[in-house]
Amino acid sequence: MHQIYGFVVGPLAWIAFAVFVLGSIWKIYSMYRSAKTRDGQVLAYWNFKYALRSIVHWYVPFWSVNSRRHPFVTIVTFTFHICVIAVPIFLLAHVILWDYYHGIHFWSFSERVADVMTVLVILSCLFFAGRRIFLREVRYVTSAMDWVVLIIVFLPFMTGFLAYHQIGPYQVMIILHILFGEIMLAAIPFTRLSHILLAPLARGYIGSEFGGVRKAKDW
Amino acid sequence: MEGAVEKTEGKVRADVGIRKGLESLTPEKIKRVINRVFNAETGARIKGYREICVRCGLCADSCHYYLSHDGDPAYSPVGKVKQTLWKLLDKQERISPEELERAALVAYTECNLCRRCSMYCPIGIDTAYIISVVRRLCHLLGITPQYIQDTAHSHSVTMNQMWVKEDEWTDSLLWQEEEAREEIPTLRIPLDKEGADIMYSVIAPEPKFQPQLIYFAAVIMNECGMDWTMSSLPGWDNSDMAMFTGDLELMGRLKRAHFERAQKLRVKRIVMGECGHAFRSIYDVGNRWLSWHMYPVEVIHAIEFYWQMLQEGRLKVARKYEKPVTLHDPCNIVRGRGLHEKARDVVRAFCPNFIEMHPNREHNYCCCAGGGVINCGPPYKKVRVQGNRIKAEQLKATGAEVIIAPCHNCHSGLKDILEGYDVKGMELSFFSEIIYECMEKPNAIQG
Repeated sequence: MHQIYGFVVGPLAWIAFAVFVLGSIWKIYSMYRSAKTRDGQVLAYWNFKYALRSIVHWYVPFWSVNSRRHPFVTIVTFTFHICVIAVPIFLLAHVILWDYYHGIHFWSFSERVADVMTVLVILSCLFFAGRRIFLREVRYVTSAMDWVVLIIVFLPFMTGFLAYHQIGPYQVMIILHILFGEIMLAAIPFTRLSHILLAPLARGYIGSEFGGVRKAKDW
Repeated sequence: MEGAVEKTEGKVRADVGIRKGLESLTPEKIKRVINRVFNAETGARIKGYREICVRCGLCADSCHYYLSHDGDPAYSPVGKVKQTLWKLLDKQERISPEELERAALVAYTECNLCRRCSMYCPIGIDTAYIISVVRRLCHLLGITPQYIQDTAHSHSVTMNQMWVKEDEWTDSLLWQEEEAREEIPTLRIPLDKEGADIMYSVIAPEPKFQPQLIYFAAVIMNECGMDWTMSSLPGWDNSDMAMFTGDLELMGRLKRAHFERAQKLRVKRIVMGECGHAFRSIYDVGNRWLSWHMYPVEVIHAIEFYWQMLQEGRLKVARKYEKPVTLHDPCNIVRGRGLHEKARDVVRAFCPNFIEMHPNREHNYCCCAGGGVINCGPPYKKVRVQGNRIKAEQLKATGAEVIIAPCHNCHSGLKDILEGYDVKGMELSFFSEIIYECMEKPNAIQG
């Protein structure tokens, strides 16, 4: 058990982070190359002012028309995204690890707050699963990959919650948590999760077109 | 559970053009064309959109087809992409003729490329672009709907949309000039005047079916004192169905002919009639194919032209148009080029009784005729009418008598919808009709 633990916090962690960081750089770079060589319009019409305008209008909840038309989805989606990014970074247990392993020290959430945020992520995942099952228009376009991606995100948070509350065998749970977290990181550049990297660019591009060429709002 | 969806997916209107094209396809050809379109002609956007669409379905209720079909997911934007792009990329040359036929029908007749969904997608995916790439593929495979392919042939042979012959064109102009001179003796439609300020261009249906629009335009130009001309030679038609069949090379020929005509005449700008898709072809699609970042000669849409004429005091209101009117915001002019506020300024100048429809401006619903769908011909009239019940409801709710629709295709599309849903007491109008009726005509013969 200690050997497995040593492996997942050691070499495997390095590999996962390397895959995530290098993979993300490769993903963005290859999209840029593809735009430059075969889809020139994306770069030719890119406009930072209109790109930012669109990003701001969509990334502030309820500013876009469609976010107002689906208020519950908006609340859950924003909650989910804020927590799913903030918890891994500012969780006390993780901050301690950064300090312990690398001497990097920064601020953390209180354990109570992080716990609530973790539960929110878990509940959000269940909500997204429910949408895939019960809404016709989502069911029609859902494939196995969508479930895989949802489960990849769900598992680190579920196992992290269980490990923290010491539900189930702790040593197994914590190893699973680390493993699933690393899988999630490594999966980002190579699955649907790449929307983390590319969605702002897609938003910026369509914002550039709507703002710069079409002289219309895209929200 | 999935019965209704399969019924929709399985629904096929046998189009002779598509069927004939399918007959000559082989897996090798399909593979070659798929490779060409998805590896050589497209790149970041197609790849990226397929990857980062999170299949959230939030685009669904932005689409008039989806709403009018009571939430049938096969009509949602993402549902349309599933039946076309994803299917093509997943199956490649193993795609069946039935699946290809479905993809072609979805791309050509079940999407108007109206871009409303891009405003509702949280990621900002350009579904209209995806569908137009599918159309490009269908064109290269030779599976396009018969009627719109015939229109493309017309473009290719005559450089206009309606098989108008060169003498028929000039005859129409001279005929309308003669008619107009009975009202305004000093009126001319100057042909091929070099160095004029404005070249006025129209779409081919005008000389063919709606010559009175040329009449109205001539009156407006003359009474506003504009230095204008029209081209007697090919290049006078600004329309572009090739853009919608995916025949991009032909689109390039058409736009080059149009712009070079204006450049040869050394006009300062082109004013175009009240059309939607032609405008889009000029400032957004056709120019890009020819590597012009923007149009090489400035193009002003009629709405902006009327607005300028009002601003400059050249166009004066003689009497008001009293009927209650509403304004239909055409996709390519509003979502496409932001002319909604100028259009409203023009409406308010002439029409004291203006009722907005809701939603409006960029959020207006498409007429369901655009994007080449009405040009796929009579076999698809039912598709268009059934695909836009929501528009009929929107129009009825205004209580207006007149719908100002500054786009030819919108006119036809909305007319079919009014008939199809038995909406009585509403008629369609162009801006130019109302302006002609209500403007000051200082040179007109009195009485």
